[in-house]
Amino acid sequence: MTQPLISIRELHTHFRTDDGIVKAVDGVSFDIAAGETLGIVGESGSGKSVTCLSMLGLVPSPPAFFPRGEVLFDGLDLLQLREQELKDVRGDKIAMIFQDSMTSLNPYLTVERQLTEVLEIHRGISRREARAQCIEMLEMVGIPSPEKRIDQYPHEYSGGMRQRVMIAMALLCKPRLLIADEPTTALDVTIQAQILELIDELKRELNMSVILITHDLGVIAGTTDRVAVMYAGRIVEQGSTEAVFATPCHPYTRGLLQSIPRLDDPTVEKLFAIPGVPPDLSALPRGCPFHPRCDSVTDRCRVEYPDIVQFGNGQWSVCWEAEATA
Amino acid sequence: MSLLSVRNLKMHFSVSKRLFHGPSPVVKAVDGISFDIDEGETLGLVGESGCGKSTTGRSILQLLRPTSGTVHFGGKDLTAMWRPSWGQWKWSEELRQLRQQMQIIFQDPYASLNPRMTVESIVGEPLRTFSTARGGELRRQVQDLLQRVGMDPHYIRRYPHEFSGGQRQRIGIARALALNPQMIVADEPISALDVSIQAQILNLLTDIQAEFGLTYLFIAHDLAAVRHISNRIAVMYLGRLVEVADRDELYASPMHPYTKALISAIPIPAPTVEKKRQRIVLKGDVPSPMSPPTGCRFHTRCPVKEARCEVEEPAMREIESGHQVACHLV
Amino acid sequence: MSTSAQNLEPRELIEGTSLWQDAWKRLRKNRMALICGYIVTGIILSCVVGPFLMALWGYDYQSQNLEYGAHSPSLTHWFGTDFFGRDLFTRVLYGGRVSLLVGFLAAVVSATIGTLYGAVSGFAGGRVDAIMMRIVDVLYALPYMFLVIILVTIFGRRLELVFIALGFVGWLMTARIVRGQVLSLKQQEFIQAARSVGVSDTAIVLRHLIPNTLGPIIIYFTLTVPSMILQEAFLSFLGLGVQEPLPSLGALINDGANQMVVFWWQLVFPGTVMALLLFSLNFLGDGLRDALDPKMK
Repeated sequence: MTQPLISIRELHTHFRTDDGIVKAVDGVSFDIAAGETLGIVGESGSGKSVTCLSMLGLVPSPPAFFPRGEVLFDGLDLLQLREQELKDVRGDKIAMIFQDSMTSLNPYLTVERQLTEVLEIHRGISRREARAQCIEMLEMVGIPSPEKRIDQYPHEYSGGMRQRVMIAMALLCKPRLLIADEPTTALDVTIQAQILELIDELKRELNMSVILITHDLGVIAGTTDRVAVMYAGRIVEQGSTEAVFATPCHPYTRGLLQSIPRLDDPTVEKLFAIPGVPPDLSALPRGCPFHPRCDSVTDRCRVEYPDIVQFGNGQWSVCWEAEATA
Repeated sequence: MSLLSVRNLKMHFSVSKRLFHGPSPVVKAVDGISFDIDEGETLGLVGESGCGKSTTGRSILQLLRPTSGTVHFGGKDLTAMWRPSWGQWKWSEELRQLRQQMQIIFQDPYASLNPRMTVESIVGEPLRTFSTARGGELRRQVQDLLQRVGMDPHYIRRYPHEFSGGQRQRIGIARALALNPQMIVADEPISALDVSIQAQILNLLTDIQAEFGLTYLFIAHDLAAVRHISNRIAVMYLGRLVEVADRDELYASPMHPYTKALISAIPIPAPTVEKKRQRIVLKGDVPSPMSPPTGCRFHTRCPVKEARCEVEEPAMREIESGHQVACHLV
Repeated sequence: MSTSAQNLEPRELIEGTSLWQDAWKRLRKNRMALICGYIVTGIILSCVVGPFLMALWGYDYQSQNLEYGAHSPSLTHWFGTDFFGRDLFTRVLYGGRVSLLVGFLAAVVSATIGTLYGAVSGFAGGRVDAIMMRIVDVLYALPYMFLVIILVTIFGRRLELVFIALGFVGWLMTARIVRGQVLSLKQQEFIQAARSVGVSDTAIVLRHLIPNTLGPIIIYFTLTVPSMILQEAFLSFLGLGVQEPLPSLGALINDGANQMVVFWWQLVFPGTVMALLLFSLNFLGDGLRDALDPKMK
């Protein structure tokens, strides 16, 4: 089996707060192969964003601490690197784009300045040379008349355009991995379609891997090869996108899939709704964190955290009930 | 006769008056909308950001004074019930009383509740304003309302920040129900909630509609959710309606190019279906409502536009029973 | 409404924690603010109660002892005496009382006028707001001290008038701050919800707007008090502060500064008390701002 591009093993990110220790990420492991798109899906509090921020050392370190875990990339453990070494990786080999493009771009600098800065830092070339490459990149991401627009300010772009600028900025150094944290959540659905198509195209052209974080299962279905479902700081199910959607092996995944109104299904009177609320991370219940909301809960679920259950096709889930039926 | 009848509603905002340079720019947020809602019906209003759907909802409720057009509620024209006062317009007493019948649920569960008031005060405020119930009787009614929306009445002394997003939205719904209204405008009531909570709230809205005999105007950008809860759907683009139809009809045979693109852009949570889909990907961005395109507003992004579309604005025509479209090519 | 609801007795209900209680908890955790709070409370208590105690022991702020004259600190006179033989400790206590009274009351006057004015202006909006704010702008342009001096000269140097004069001129800033707050709050959905329900404008201002602007008002208030105390001190420097022989910290410092080479204690003690008071009030204000910061909500 070929070496994965990046390998996260037992990542734990805990926060010290006034209300106690919040276990935002509590034992997350996954691999990403070269050229594949992994989707991470979860709701607020699931830990999906914090996982990826931890990978790049972007979580403020007090109050966060990492009791265990490693992030293996290119033979190095990113969690052990010092800030200076991490800076070489960020933006160059691993890039990240965020949900809100308006606050992710500096409103006081032109787009040109922000883009050329990336190349100046990572490639050591002059601003003038960088400018040419940046214009090329803007063209690649579909900005019309890039030679003129590059000198504009972020607020002169529309939301969709700004997101494209962010993508351009992320891809300038041709990174091997792109992490996209809810890149289209703040965009209209017709613009979302454009952006997702763009990411897909660029991924193939640049032979990148992509981690796509989102809460939208429809987006996952359309753009990812594999998916990891997160709940309360852990991955509860993982597998190829087709397998997980066809035969979900965790009650949470099943619940999510059943509760979303779908355009292609005949309408139902009542939607299936997962009862209860997402858990409070500073006071997780004993045993399986999903058990208060689970419709197939057993006594064992209330006390013991489930083991991983492997299914033949590379799919696995963390559930006592799944183990019983595997 | 319909419960709500909107004719040619317009809502224009002038942006920053210019002292010397001619007329100030006007944002035509809503530019001529007409529709009816029958009693007990749910009309879904969909569109993307900037299309004017939220503004439509607020204009109908007279939270904003419409620039022109009429809004008939139960046969009475609400737009004629404003009175000038101190250089501004205020509601007449008749309008204020009438408006008890029309309430609103907001999008943001965090901003729609006063953080300094207890739940009891928040839900009790409408009752305090219009009924004479006080003290124990008031508390009983508030508890009753909270139970109706699925919340534990023991918590009425708590403050909004002590609840989760979904629970806050339930509080907002309880407040909207307090005066026993005939109609509720739900302005993106689930967009700010977690996915697993959205279904709960949608179910709640369906339940109370049946129980209280409510009429809904359901405003959202999520076409799938709108389709689930609505009887009919109206699609808006840049201040105008482009298509109105029964919900199944709209999805089965959309006629307007924008509706088709919208439907095709919505991702379906089924990988095998998704990967085979032929998407209509629109080019470009939504034009600014300050300077909408001439002719058909959609022509700048329309994949099938003709020369006529750039000059002439299409009128809304009824193609089949109950199915109206505003497009030259249909 | 149906009759199916249970009618829960008040004692069965679960009490909630208001945002004020949250803020109080946060404030208590802030060591510095807490210490400063104690200091301020201590000074206030001393200045309120102290003079009565001192009177019991026969000290007051004006009885002179010309033969005794000025003496450095001793067991009978902890802070020493001034040129007229008056006990400085008692005079500092009285002076503190006057300064605090003037400071707090002036701040209260300016906060009250400013809040109401700003709230009404911000809520009314449109032409009314524009006119009201132009009035504020014009008043702002007038030289502040000049106005106070005129008012004090016309109406005399009575204690009550000094703080009214100060408060009257100081409300402008509060008005602007409150108006700004109200303008941004007006757009918040819970205000629109209240309007939608049909709540009257007055009720919206009193029940919804002002409670949500209290945070910045309180903070600004705590920072206005030291400012007012200093203003009064400045007036005393000019000889326009409270009437002799009633002391204020500012007047004492003024006297002390004139004699500082010879009678150092007349400057050091009132000066230290004044500095401690101002310093603590400022830190307390800082602590309050952190505690009330909506970031935590």
